[in-house]
Amino acid sequence: MARKILTEHINTPGIETFEVYRQKGGYTAVEKAIKTMTPEEVVEEAKKSGVRGRGGAGFPMGMKWGFLAKPEGVPRYLVCNADESEPGTFKDHHLMKCIPHLLIEGMIISSFALGANKSFIYVRGELMYVIRILEKAIEEAKAQGFLGKNILGSGYDLELIVQPGGGAYICGEETALLESLEGKRGNPRNKPPFPAVKGLYQSPTVVNNVESISNMPWIINNGGDAYATIGIGRSTGTKLISASGHINKPGVYEIELGVSVEEFLNSDEYCGGVRTGHHLKALVAGGSSVPILPANLITKTANGEDRLMSYESLSDGGFATGTMLGSGGFIVFDETACIVRNTWNFSRFYHHESCGQCSPCREGTGWMEKVLHRIEHGHGSMHDIDLLVDISKKIEGNTICPLGDAAAWPVASAIRHFRDEFVWHITHPHEASQPGAVYQGEMALA
Amino acid sequence: MTESPNLVAFTPERQEKVKEIIARYPEGRQKSALLPVLHVAQEQWGWLSSEVMDHVAALLSIEPVEVYEVATFYTMYHLDPVGKHVIEYCRTGPCCLMGGEDVYGYLKQKLGIEAGQTTTDGLFTLKEVECLAACGWGPVFQIREKYHMNLTNQKVDEIIEELSK
Repeated sequence: MARKILTEHINTPGIETFEVYRQKGGYTAVEKAIKTMTPEEVVEEAKKSGVRGRGGAGFPMGMKWGFLAKPEGVPRYLVCNADESEPGTFKDHHLMKCIPHLLIEGMIISSFALGANKSFIYVRGELMYVIRILEKAIEEAKAQGFLGKNILGSGYDLELIVQPGGGAYICGEETALLESLEGKRGNPRNKPPFPAVKGLYQSPTVVNNVESISNMPWIINNGGDAYATIGIGRSTGTKLISASGHINKPGVYEIELGVSVEEFLNSDEYCGGVRTGHHLKALVAGGSSVPILPANLITKTANGEDRLMSYESLSDGGFATGTMLGSGGFIVFDETACIVRNTWNFSRFYHHESCGQCSPCREGTGWMEKVLHRIEHGHGSMHDIDLLVDISKKIEGNTICPLGDAAAWPVASAIRHFRDEFVWHITHPHEASQPGAVYQGEMALA
Repeated sequence: MTESPNLVAFTPERQEKVKEIIARYPEGRQKSALLPVLHVAQEQWGWLSSEVMDHVAALLSIEPVEVYEVATFYTMYHLDPVGKHVIEYCRTGPCCLMGGEDVYGYLKQKLGIEAGQTTTDGLFTLKEVECLAACGWGPVFQIREKYHMNLTNQKVDEIIEELSK
């Protein structure tokens, strides 16, 4: 069994309660950090661990903490991004629901490190039942002296607030999240200034993902150096992978970064293989926004090396033959899946979720959805394929936030690797538009 | 259908809740309470009429337009009357791979309505939503705070029957 940092006790009955979490060694890291370490020492451990942002961007968390401005007399904020909404991603949902105290312990340690006295967990509003679980856990921690005034007699005060969103994918973008937390529409801000200088209420702010912060208790108990020995290269530690689609065992799995894609997909410890009686056609490894790969590029890179579950290996070959680890949303497609239909579905998602601020994204996502809809429904023309590529290029890199890129990549990659399937939809409109119709020709080999 | 409120006031318990929410934020930042307070309002009235939004604006000392622009941006807020139970059905890719489209077709047929409509008895409103972050347990729909997962036609029958009692 692989080493577990986040999920070791996740199946322990009662782990959602303070009592059981504490019995399993919970909150010892808070005691260690607050009683024996300075905030700077905690930041140093985060830096040494090499832990990277688990929401999708993969930016080193310790380095992000290092950018936080510390002007005298100005409050600083830590905001946890629990707006998990990227299609294919449901790990934070699982973690917060099952073991809420892990995030709370991580929030206390991280807030102490950053000198924040009021911290927020921004949870997507649909997860109201999880918000209630977190609020209950916060009450318990408070009653035990781990939150509130003068924590463990240290003189350090921390108030933890759970904020519900209102249903908007865009609020997973950190500056949109801050706007939303201020009670506004979730329109991403122009950067600079970055949140580390001007974030929530124009004060220095750090925004970190649930999973990133949840690593902190282990890092404090065992040391950043120990964390950095797990994983491979610059992909240190473990990662939660949300596995969905055509596999035998969908669910959330904690892997040591560096396990091979082959093992993750086929081993009984994880996905248990493509669903019985079917075979792999395509895979989205890191949430709907990362490039889709055909079967032949999933377990091996274009150079014939084993593809690993790590930031570097998944992106090997760039977008020509690689993809990204992203948020770890691992979506598996077998031969019954229609790539055109799925691409249209994802496009509809991004069109629906575009905040409308930047024209290339607001208009472009709608055009892509429309063009894909007509190809899927038997009304496409050959020109439409190039038109889609053209639109995607005009969105990519031309928007305030990365939603534009996220909308462009799935379309561009589907055409790159599965062009035959688009062509077939256009040349065989009647067959292709039948419910459940799937291109049966030779699988597109990149 | 939920009636449009004649007299706009939170119940005493919700009034307390709203007060507690507003007190969470630094002084002068009470606008941060807007999203959570709108959730409390929707819990009480089922949907957000302009009277309710104006009331929330007054409570937070902000302009009504600041409430409207937020309520129209976020998909969870209902701006029209809804049925007793709002079924929010996930239509995004991973759920579709798990047979989400077939189950959705069955649900629509069973209720006799399309997305955005309410059954004539006022019991169910159907709404299509994007990814609910439960892809491994798809197909999924949500009714109020509850996630109904691993849906099948049979499960749909059971849920609708239970809620129709």
